[in-house]
Amino acid sequence: MTKAERIASICAAHAGREGPMLPILHDIQAEFGCVDEASEALVAAELNLTRAEVHGVVSFYHDFTPAADPRPVVQICRAEACKARGVEALIDRARSAAGDRVKLKTVYCLGLCSAGPAARVGDRLHAWLDEDGLAQVIEQA
Amino acid sequence: MSRLVRISDDALARACGADAVAAAFEQAGATVERTSSYGMLWMEPLVDLDGEGYSFVQPEDVVAVLDGSSDKHIGAIADQPFLKRQTRLTFARAGKTRPLSLEDYAATRGWEGLQRARAIGPETVVQELTASGLRGRGGAGFPAGIKWDTVRKAAGTRKYIVCNADEGDSATFADRMMMEGDPFQLIEGMAIAAVAVGAQKGYIYVRSEYPDAIRKLRAAIPLAAPLIAPFEVEVRVGAGAYVCGEETSLLNSLEGKRGEVRAKPPLPALEGLFGCPTVVNNVLTLAAAAHILREGGAAEYAALGMGRSKGTMPIQIAGNVKRGGLYEAPFGLTLRELVHDIGGGTDSGRPVKAVQVGGPLGAYLHPDQFDIPFDYEAYAAADALIGHAGITVFDDSADMGAMARFAMEFCAAESCGKCTPCRLGSTRGVEVIDRIHAGGRALDALEQTPQMHNMPKQGRSREDEIALLTDLCETMRDASLCALGGFTPYPVMSALKHWPEDFG
Ligand SMILES: Cc1cc2nc3c(=O)[nH]c(=O)nc-3n(C[C@H](O)[C@H](O)[C@H](O)COP(=O)(O)O)c2cc1C
Ligand code: SF4
Ligand code: FES
Repeated sequence: MTKAERIASICAAHAGREGPMLPILHDIQAEFGCVDEASEALVAAELNLTRAEVHGVVSFYHDFTPAADPRPVVQICRAEACKARGVEALIDRARSAAGDRVKLKTVYCLGLCSAGPAARVGDRLHAWLDEDGLAQVIEQA
Repeated sequence: MSRLVRISDDALARACGADAVAAAFEQAGATVERTSSYGMLWMEPLVDLDGEGYSFVQPEDVVAVLDGSSDKHIGAIADQPFLKRQTRLTFARAGKTRPLSLEDYAATRGWEGLQRARAIGPETVVQELTASGLRGRGGAGFPAGIKWDTVRKAAGTRKYIVCNADEGDSATFADRMMMEGDPFQLIEGMAIAAVAVGAQKGYIYVRSEYPDAIRKLRAAIPLAAPLIAPFEVEVRVGAGAYVCGEETSLLNSLEGKRGEVRAKPPLPALEGLFGCPTVVNNVLTLAAAAHILREGGAAEYAALGMGRSKGTMPIQIAGNVKRGGLYEAPFGLTLRELVHDIGGGTDSGRPVKAVQVGGPLGAYLHPDQFDIPFDYEAYAAADALIGHAGITVFDDSADMGAMARFAMEFCAAESCGKCTPCRLGSTRGVEVIDRIHAGGRALDALEQTPQMHNMPKQGRSREDEIALLTDLCETMRDASLCALGGFTPYPVMSALKHWPEDFG
């Protein structure tokens, strides 16, 4: 299936929904690892919108990225409650553990705020991280 | 006979290894039930064996737990002081039922509120909700009954119930625990709202950072569908924008647009989702409606609390604290009780320096202010905010200047961009705070040119920069369209007021 066909079928799967844009973009991001310019144009055509409108939406949200990144992603919470539990002191070591192999992404809160520092890899959550713990999560990502 | 072991499948328990513990118990021949969490989160994975608790259990502890020799035994769960002192109404099922069991739900008075709502009709439903004194738990504390009545009376045949499950505030996780632990109660609350206002369709807008909650809701909705029909509920997933927790931004996002805040009026109650009358309520507000609408529920609720803050609040104790977790209690507790008696002080054992209440837009409170009672009006009078009732404890190693800078940085990262004080002010705020740290700044090249003879002859001092920050904060507070720009000044100014020594 070409990308155009695949995106058409994603759009078709959400056709019955009210306001289908976000569900469509989530599916495209999940499947292709990004919502690039070509995808924006295809979605615009499917939903009868301008490319500018679709680009406006895509660029607004942190979850949609313009280009795919093959590296595994580790999300690290750096919001207040995790700062209170010392996440900032773990960042240097985390960066060196990640190197060029792993992409580190800052998020603000994973809902584990009494047990921070917290991190997420895919749908797996990690709590009570210390320097070694976080480095290990990154190395295993 | 196989022993029955109960272990939570809450996301935090799972992050602490609850799945592996459950598997180890099964391997040892026990029957495992996955329940919601009691909310004693520092103990997870907490194992419940015939009512006796075992805290922080790991797979290697399983044999000892089963033969009674484990040193992780904490005594009877029901006797734990953290639980005993609570008044659990909205979280009455926490720890006790299996989240996706319709049987458990019905056996714990589930659906009673909905059945009664259908019997007494929309007008009486709204009257009871109003009489209960329930206020919105998402942050603004707006009376829920008045909102529902506005939508009920609004013209139009197409109406919506929108559940705000964007829970972006740091230190908050009660919505998450409700969705993961008692999803039917939320669905029941939405169905009651639908009866009250005449809505056909409901959406739950969940932040994408909550994969477990999304999965649980998606499993719960088809199970509950026949019981709430013809009303229908659908889950929608956010896309990592904090501002989409603001109700009008959320509605734009649901419609498939950029999550920009809308000017009010029109109120969402009159022109909300797709221009139709819409109830937008927080997860906890809707869940509370389910027990309030039971026989006698409204009176029970209204009898608790203080002043105009009626009922109970699920308070979330987080950050550098010994006993972090979910603490539901009537309004009126002091911060001192919450932080010291209940939370046990800091986890590090060092003195408490500051407590932030109400998430990233809430003020930092100094230990001198710890007598303040948990009450919407008392907090407002102290230039502080209850918000979604998350409290973050900081020990004396915290750098409040850095926290103030972070508040501005967060606002800059999450601003929807619609209005200038927030979009630009937040970035300027970061710069001014940096200059306060640097002790002011010298005149730049342009300012030294002869043409600029009206300029002050010196650069700016630290005091000048502080005055500038104060001025900027006032502008953001008074001229922002929504509370993101409007409340970011509170953490900033409270930090500057109480801990000026942390600003260089
Ligand atoms: C920046 C911002 C973020 C917000 N985030 C949330 C949120 O995550 N959850 C929520 O219920 N309300 C949030 N609110 C409050 C909502 O705008 C709204 O008041 C609330 O959903 C109404 O429901 P309630 O009356 O039940 O509290 C936020 C407000 C602002 C300004
Ligand atoms: S205050 Fe900030 S988030 Fe709110 S409307 Fe203005 S720019 Fe958007
Ligand atoms: S603040 Fe880090 S998980 Fe909530």
